This record gives sequence, C-alpha cells and structure tokens, in this order.
Amino acid sequence: MVLNNIEKLIEKYNSAETTLQEEAELKAYFKSNNVAPHLEHYKSMFLFFSESKKEQYTKDVPLNTKKTKLYQWISVAAVAVLMLGFFIPNWNNEPKTLADYTPEEQELYLETKQTLSLISKNLNKGLLGMNALDMTGENLSMGLEKASYITVFGDTTNKLLKN
Amino acid sequence: MKQADFVSLVMPFKDKVFRLAKRLLVSREEAEDATQEILLKLWKNSKKIGDYKNVEAFSMTMTKNFCLDRLKSKQAQNLKIVHSNYTDSNSSLQKQVEAKDSIGWVSKIMEDLPEQQKIIVQLRDIEEYDYAEIAKMLDMNETAIRVNLSRARKTIREKLTNTHQYGIK
Repeated sequence: MVLNNIEKLIEKYNSAETTLQEEAELKAYFKSNNVAPHLEHYKSMFLFFSESKKEQYTKDVPLNTKKTKLYQWISVAAVAVLMLGFFIPNWNNEPKTLADYTPEEQELYLETKQTLSLISKNLNKGLLGMNALDMTGENLSMGLEKASYITVFGDTTNKLLKN
Repeated sequence: MKQADFVSLVMPFKDKVFRLAKRLLVSREEAEDATQEILLKLWKNSKKIGDYKNVEAFSMTMTKNFCLDRLKSKQAQNLKIVHSNYTDSNSSLQKQVEAKDSIGWVSKIMEDLPEQQKIIVQLRDIEEYDYAEIAKMLDMNETAIRVNLSRARKTIREKLTNTHQYGIK
C-alpha cells in the first residue's frame, strides 16, 4: 500500500508535479532504511538533497559603517592647512621704501649700513695684502719649474756617466 | 537600519545564498566570496531594503545573476584549473557527503547539468521553495520551470540508474 503510494508520487515527481508536501513525504521515505530494491537508486538523490541543505556559510562579513569617510577628509584638511601656511606670510609682502618705516628704524638701518660698509672697506684692504702673497706664490712656482730643469739635467748626466 | 537589524534580516537566508553560489561556482572559496559580495551589496543599499517586497527572493535573484556573471567573466575561466585541483581542508561536510559514494555521484551529476536546471533543482529540491517563488526569482513562468525541473530530474535519474546498474545490465 505504502509502496504503491510512493511509486505514484515518484511518477508525479519525475514530471515535476509534486507539491512541496509530497516531496517532503518522498524525502522522509527514502531516509528510512526499508526502501524497495527497485527504487534504491533514488535513495542517493534524495539523501543528497537533504544532506546539501545542511551546508552553512560560516564566514564573517565585514559590515563597515560609514565612519571611514571622516578619515578621508582628514587628509584633505591637512593639505588645505599646509597650503594656507604657505600663502598667508606672502600676503603682506608688498615692496616697501625707506620712508614707510619709523624714524628710529630708519636710523638703525643707516647705522647698520655704515658699519657694514666699514667692514667691507677693511676687507678690501686685507685683500690687497693677499695680492702680495699671490705674487710670492707665483715666484715660488717659477722657481719650482727651474728646479725641474735641474732634475732633467741630472738624468742626462747620469746617462752620460753610464755610457 | 542598524547592523543588528540587518544581520537578523539576512540570517535566515544567507546559507541559501551560499549554497546556490556553491552549486553554480563549485569551489567553496568562490562561493564564499560571492556570498560576501551579495551581503555587502545588500548592506550598502540597506536604506532601500524596506522597499523590496521580498528581500530573500531578491537576494536569490541577485546571487543567481552574480554567479552567472562570475562564470562568464575571464577571471573565473582563468581560475578553473586551480579549482579543479583544489582540495578543501575544512569542508568536513562536503567530505562526509562525498564519502558516501553514491551521494557524491549525485553532486557530480548535478555539476554537469546546464546552469538553468542547476539553479532550479537547487531552489526546488534543496531549498524547497514553491514554484511561484522560483518563478519570481528567475523571472520565468511556472510551466517553464516545471519543464526544466522535470528534464533535470530525468537526467539525474537516468545517470544514477546507469551508475547504479553499471556492470549488471
């Protein structure tokens, strides 16, 4: 009786006309151990279907909330600040004449100018002295050149002596 | 929508998404990636999720489309060799299943089915959706689904009978 019913169900199943409930019945029947021998080959199919359903997805999914956007903007802000740092000091940098400063500042400026010119004068004097050194240096090198003649002369005399 | 709400919404069907992806992409790793991709896509659009009538059916459709795209893409074709050599160390269930030899046969037979039939068998026989839902997911009419399903079942049955009676008849 049961077998008859199952055979009918299988026929319906093969033409895809079974309802979910009937399919559940079939699955339950093939799960049991007393399957009729001529239906044995269906058993693995239904077992496979119910086995496959047990497989699970075990990996975690990283669900990022939208906090990351803030970090992106931090770099932009840093660049903006840096650029401001470069430009702000240049804003007041229009060329100025001596008259724009206060009298005290002008006085200071003139004083420094004077001292600097004094220093440069003295430096020039020093340089003249250095010129004398230059000349002695030149004379020395001329002397060296002449000395080399002597060594060449020495070489030739040696050759002559050997002969 | 908060993260906890989303997780409780997705929980019931994430395994179904994964199994469908695995049926189509074969490799477990690929299927995991695909599932992750699908869930992330859902999460990104979580504001609009209230507008969908049936989130589960919607995600199954998404999974189907995503996997078919993956199969078509160059990348998947390049990876094929790697996957066929691939041995899975932690899929204890898959190993258990294949250890039972004849059950392993069914999974091999299913790999040879055309994609459309694979999806339908997966949705009907394994996930146990009713025809109306499958029709919605796949954007097909129910008769076409029944025809495809009966063809797929016939193929599985014939190949199983062949292997079952191999050497006897």
